[in-house]
Formats: sequence, C-alpha cells, structure tokens
Amino acid sequence: MQASQQVERARILRRLRHGDTAFRMITRAAAIIVLLILSGIIISLIHGSWPALSTFGFSFVYTESWNPVTEKFGAIAPIYGTVVTSVIAMLIAVPIGLFIALFLTELCPMWLRRPIGIAIELLAGIPSIIYGIWGLFVFAPFLQATVQPFLITVFGPIPGLSTLFAGPPYGIGILTAGLILAVMVLPFITSITRDVFEAVPPVLKEAAYGVGSTTWEVVRYVVLPYARVGVIGGVMLALGRALGETMAVTFVIGNAHRISGSIMAPGTTISATIANEFTEADGVLYTSSLVALGLILFVITFFVLAAARFMLMRLNARIGA
Amino acid sequence: MAIYDTRRRRNHLAIGLAYAATAFGLTWLVLILAVLLWKGFSGLNLAVFTEMTPPPGSAGGLLNPIIGSLVMTFIAVLIGTPLGILAGTYMAEYGRYDKLTMVVRFINDILLSAPSIVIGLFIYEVMVAQMGHFSGWAGSVALAVIVVPVVVRTTEDMLSLLPDTMREAAASIGLPRSLMIQKVAYRAARAGMITGVLLAVARISGETAPLLFTALNNQFWSTNMNAPVSSLPVVIFQFALSPYEDWQQLAWTGALLITMAVLALSIGARILSSRGKTS
Repeated sequence: MQASQQVERARILRRLRHGDTAFRMITRAAAIIVLLILSGIIISLIHGSWPALSTFGFSFVYTESWNPVTEKFGAIAPIYGTVVTSVIAMLIAVPIGLFIALFLTELCPMWLRRPIGIAIELLAGIPSIIYGIWGLFVFAPFLQATVQPFLITVFGPIPGLSTLFAGPPYGIGILTAGLILAVMVLPFITSITRDVFEAVPPVLKEAAYGVGSTTWEVVRYVVLPYARVGVIGGVMLALGRALGETMAVTFVIGNAHRISGSIMAPGTTISATIANEFTEADGVLYTSSLVALGLILFVITFFVLAAARFMLMRLNARIGA
Repeated sequence: MAIYDTRRRRNHLAIGLAYAATAFGLTWLVLILAVLLWKGFSGLNLAVFTEMTPPPGSAGGLLNPIIGSLVMTFIAVLIGTPLGILAGTYMAEYGRYDKLTMVVRFINDILLSAPSIVIGLFIYEVMVAQMGHFSGWAGSVALAVIVVPVVVRTTEDMLSLLPDTMREAAASIGLPRSLMIQKVAYRAARAGMITGVLLAVARISGETAPLLFTALNNQFWSTNMNAPVSSLPVVIFQFALSPYEDWQQLAWTGALLITMAVLALSIGARILSSRGKTS
C-alpha cells in the first residue's frame, strides 16, 4: 500500500515536471517565432527584390524613370513623395499635437479630460481606408475649390515660393496626402506627448508655479525640457506611421511617377505605388522592383521606429530610476 | 510693467492656441463621422446584407465581402492569439530579465508599427508566390502577423502588472509554475488580455494593404479559403475609385459598417479594461 502510493506520487510529480518543462519550451518557442517573423520579412523582401537590385544595382535608389514597357525602374520619385508627404504631415501635426497635450494636461477641467482623450484616441482607431475615401470625395474637392486657389494667388507672386505652390489646383496631390497624413498621425502624437507630460513630477511644476511662472512658462521651461526625449520618441513613432501609411495616401496622391517642384502636383509614395501596381505588374523585373521599393520602405521605417523605441526606452529608464 | 504684459500676452496666446488645437482635432473626428453617417446611411438597407457585390452599373449588396472579412478575421485571431499569448507569457513569466526577452520586446515594438503593406509583400513572397495563386489563407496569415505583436504587447503588460505575492501564494501550496500561470496568472489578467485581442480585431478589421495581394478579391460567393476571397476594405478600395455611382455608394456604406465595427470594438475594449482596473 505504502509503496504503491509512493510510486503514484512519483508518477504525478514526474508528469507535472514534464508538463512544466513543456509549457516553458512552448512559450519560449512562441517568443522565438516573433523574432523569426521579423527575420522572415527581411529575408523574403531581399529575396524578392534580388532580380531588380542585381539588374539596376545601387542606381535603383536614385533613378527617376519608372517605365514598365522598357522595364527601366528607379525609386527616387516614390522615395521623394514618401518623404515630402511625411514631412508636411509632421510640420502640421507636431505643433498641434503638442498644444492639444498642453491643453489636456494643464488647462482641461478634470471631468473633461477622459472624454476628450478618448475622442482623440478614437481618431487613431479609424481605419486608414476611411481617411482615404473621405479624403478623395470630401477633402480633395474642398481643397481644390478653396485652399489651393488661395495658396496659388498668395504665394504665386513671391519668388522662391511660387514654384512650391505652382500649377493648377488638382485637388489631389502631394499636399492633400500630407494633410490627410497629418490628421492621421495627430492622435498618435497627442496621446504619447500627453503621457510623457503626465509623467513629469508634479513637484517640478508646482515649484515653477510657486515662483510665479505662467502656464506657458511652466510648459515651455519645465515640462518640455523634462519630457523632451519622450516627445521626440513619440514624434518618431508617428513619423514611422506616416512613412508607411498606404491606403489614405493611395486615394489622394494621384499616382504620378515624377518629381515635381510644386507640392500641389500629383506624385506617388512607395506604399501607394506598391498598392496600385503590384497585382497588375507582369514580368519578373517589374514585380521585383516593387518588392525592392517595399524593402527600401521597410529599412527606412525600421530605423525611424528603432530610434523612437530607443528614445522612449531611455525615458522610461530615467523615470524608473 | 512691460515685462509682465509681455508674459501675460504670451501666456494668453499659448492658451488660446491650445484651445484652438483641441477644437481643431475634435472637429476632424466630428467631420469624418458626420460625412460617413450621412453618406453611408442613405445606402444602408437589407440588400446590403443579403446580396452579392454587383457588376458595374447595377444595385447589389456587400454579403460576400462581409462574410469574407469575418472569416479571415476569425482565422487570423485563431492563429495570432495563442502565439501572441504564449510569447507574452514567456516574456513576463519565465524570462522577464532575459536577453531574449529584451530583443523580442524591441522587435515586437517594431512589428507593432511596421507598414502593413510590407507585411502583405512578405506573405505574398512566402505563401502566394509559393502556392502559385492568391488565397484566403494567405490573407488570414497576413492579418495574423498583425495580430501577434498587439497580443504579445498587452499580454506581457498585463502579466507584468500582477503582484508577485499572487505567484508566491500559488507556489507555496505546491502548484507547479505552468499551472500557476494557467490557473492563477491568466485568470487574474483575463480582462486585460481580452482587451488586447479586441484591439487586435479592431486593428485588422480595417486593414486593406496586406489583403490587396494576398486574398485579392472575389466578385462572387466563395467559401473556398484556398481561392481569392473578397473582403470589405478591398471592396471599398476598388468601388470608391470606380466611376460608377452604385459602386461608390456601396463603398460609403461599407466604410460606415467598418467604422462602426471598429469604434464599437475599441469602446468595448476600453470599458473592459477600465472595469478590470477597478475590480
């Protein structure tokens, strides 16, 4: 009796131990799979873009021609469009996002903070295709009828700026895409800057108020310097989003493979080119050039996002310390 | 006195700008939702849910893309959730201070904001190009790749929030670690983990870019996941850019459906997570 109980007990313990090891191994494998996904993305993109890269070499990156008939492909026009639309978006969204964060942390009455914060975050949850269809049918015609003629008449006579705002008001184009992107990344910037503003120790702010600072001075000279790294991290995170955003841009960019001096002219971005042309691309070189565009986009966003995470991590380490 | 005036004026200016910026941000939300409701509701009728997508120039519904989206989302969650929860479990329970965890956390954060069109290209290369045809499976896997980082992140965060005394109590009565995680930690962190899954569903239900060249599109009724499958976002993309009035109207209606679903999911997730905090 005694012996059989001991045997039974040993059996159960062994089973539990095996179960424990198995579960640990399974979770570890899952964690490693996450790493494999990223390496899979990189390897498959390099593999897919190899025909194009070996044909065109490094000149792929700085050539403008994009001709499926003669099979001459270069990436500089989409790269240019991607960068310019994102820059426009950041120029508009960063100051506005900072001021909304200022409002939410310093001025807004307590009972209103949550609802407004939630509303801003809902804006972040709206799928990008909704921004796209809205931009195409509502926003672009509006710009064409009002804002763009205004910009042309105001900046047209000024030398230097006249090329930037030249041309007929198409409605769609680089500027429209940049504005839509600005609305899309605004919630990201707002919610991250709000979080880092809130992480500023109240004692610091109270001390500044105590010596007679105005709200603006507290934010400008106490909150912002303290939260700087976090704010920059948040901005880079939003920049990563803007660079890779596809659908909202595809609707309103106009899909023209050329670099134009005017920001009101149609252009294209990396993601818009891929979305528009990939299913219709025939021929190894055409498809592979599109994959190569994807690789360039991934490399750019990888570094931007990595820098953003690095900065946010540094901020967390400081707050934790 | 002049200095006080300047400071006061500057302060008023900044405060004014802060109010204006907030009004500006909220205006967009209202504008987008208002237009969406206005344009979407006028096309909302029973046919939308019972009829197939029409050929150009005639009326029809969105039944096949709705079903396609639901099925692909479901499969993506089915694949992505267990993987994400297990990986998050390792990071929070077994290797919280590991090198591996640090690396996975960093990589996961990058995957979380990686351009979704690149994920589409990835799945095209590994599935569509190998199988030789577009398929619903490829679309589901592409969506699953987007689900994983969201679930990993929330699982890790939620498990890390649990007090260690809970784990010690379980260990002290002789519970093995794997059972402690499954019976105690998961149960305590359940609300947060479900929130993560809801957020992931909200995220993928509007994703278009990764489906464009994995699941492609299908004009007809099809439950064959090994063939191209229609989905709401892709149909919206195609119909909105078409010159046909009927198609554009259906695109608006589809856009309204997606937005409502996404907003309901994210509000649901929010309620769930706030209830989890108070209890």
